[in-house]
Amino acid sequence: MAVMEPVLAVSGLCKTYGALRAVDGVTFEVAAGEIVGLVGPNGAGKTTTINMILGVLQTTAGAIRIDGFDIARRRTQALANTNFAAAYAPLPGNLTVEQNLRVFGMIYCVKDLSARIETLLGEYDLVRHRKTKTGVLSSGEQTRVTLAKAMLNRPKLLLLDEPTASIDPATARRIRRHIVDVAEKAGAGVLWTSHNMYEVAEVCDRVLFLSRGRILLAGEPAALVREHGAASLEDLFVSVANEALDPQAAAS
Amino acid sequence: MRFSPTAAIVLRQVYLLRGSPTRLLPMVAWVAIDIVLWGFITRYLNAVTGPRVNFVATLLGAVLLWDFLGRVMQGVTTAFFEDVWSRNFLNIFATPLTIADYLGGLVITGVGTSLMGLLVMLTLATAAFGLSFLGYGAALAPFLLVLFVTGISLGILGAAIVLRLGPASEWLIWPIPSLLSPFAGVFYPLSVLPGWMQAIGRALPPSYVFEGMRAIVGGHAPPAGALAFAGGLAFVYLLAACWIFAAVYRFAIRTGLIARYSAESAS
Repeated sequence: MAVMEPVLAVSGLCKTYGALRAVDGVTFEVAAGEIVGLVGPNGAGKTTTINMILGVLQTTAGAIRIDGFDIARRRTQALANTNFAAAYAPLPGNLTVEQNLRVFGMIYCVKDLSARIETLLGEYDLVRHRKTKTGVLSSGEQTRVTLAKAMLNRPKLLLLDEPTASIDPATARRIRRHIVDVAEKAGAGVLWTSHNMYEVAEVCDRVLFLSRGRILLAGEPAALVREHGAASLEDLFVSVANEALDPQAAAS
Repeated sequence: MRFSPTAAIVLRQVYLLRGSPTRLLPMVAWVAIDIVLWGFITRYLNAVTGPRVNFVATLLGAVLLWDFLGRVMQGVTTAFFEDVWSRNFLNIFATPLTIADYLGGLVITGVGTSLMGLLVMLTLATAAFGLSFLGYGAALAPFLLVLFVTGISLGILGAAIVLRLGPASEWLIWPIPSLLSPFAGVFYPLSVLPGWMQAIGRALPPSYVFEGMRAIVGGHAPPAGALAFAGGLAFVYLLAACWIFAAVYRFAIRTGLIARYSAESAS
């Protein structure tokens, strides 16, 4: 039986700034259709890792392959099958929702772009905002626009950095379901960072706990909670964040 | 350079211009003011000096051509600054867009917006002050081409400087044409300059354009050899500017500068 190559393969990833090791030997994979949570305290190296996967930050060491393409050597091909949404990267506020989707759709060379835009405006409840400048939308609406942009090219790898951070609970639930659908039906691999452990436990197949640039724990959310005797994923997160957890004891 | 991503950069600028009169107005207002101001100055100089020198062709023509170069440069840099102002670097550069796609889009945008300015300048200078530039016909094309290419080079260089030094360095970019104008012999022959300024002037392609224009206005043949040299020099500068932008972009990727540009939007 042929072994399917993961949509994302990260090995030995390092990023140093002088003496600071922001990311220190991180290795993981995301398979097609899998949702992997990347969690950790502020400054753990999550966004640095995502920036390296997106090709906007050069690695100090290690390799990143997206859909089999090495980001360092075949950046255009690798990123053609990738997209992202991040709370800290809103789309230009001086363009309307539809204009933003058209511009980014053209950058990603999306075929049948007009039809794709219509589909996404409907899926993300943006039809009535299509002619509205993105900058005047509420933060939740802007997040939906960013997510619609992230789906334009039907990515094989989707990077989501706190995608539901500023969204009301009902919309957040709908978006979580939608992203789970994208993973299950379209077979996209998703790397999802969040500080909402309930959300991570609900949607992620696996979770990676990152602290000081290293992966301290990795596994299925429910199994990790059980193995470490924590009451919840949030309790486990707090333990890891406070470095109360002894990794050697956890391994034994 | 691929069609769709390059067209996306151009389309973005079209959307912005279409939706914002405050972006459209400066493209024509400042050049119109320059033409009106210098038009009346040349008319006055013609009146007090008699018919020996045609100041309309020499001075107003020079203003028009120099403004044109500035408009080309600003067209390129303004399209780049839209990404700076909207904190859009992460969205733009975390895509399959290549540097060639991006620069291609900026250049096409700069060419388009500067042609609009040129049209306004020519119309006003011809209708109001009788400057008959179009009478030179195809002979004008190589002059405009050299200025086009030089303006594009300066625009790309300006974008590279802002990418490297950050948004606050924007004020360094706007005065570049003014800084170069004394050396380029816009209003006077290079021969009136001291030796060291002449040396700098000879390294600037526009100086050959203005020397050539003065030759034509004086009834001489266009200096084909000098213009060809200027064209070659301008293309060398264009390649150098693209190389510098690519080098700065690589630096920005290596150091995380692109992500920091974006991070400012979060603060």
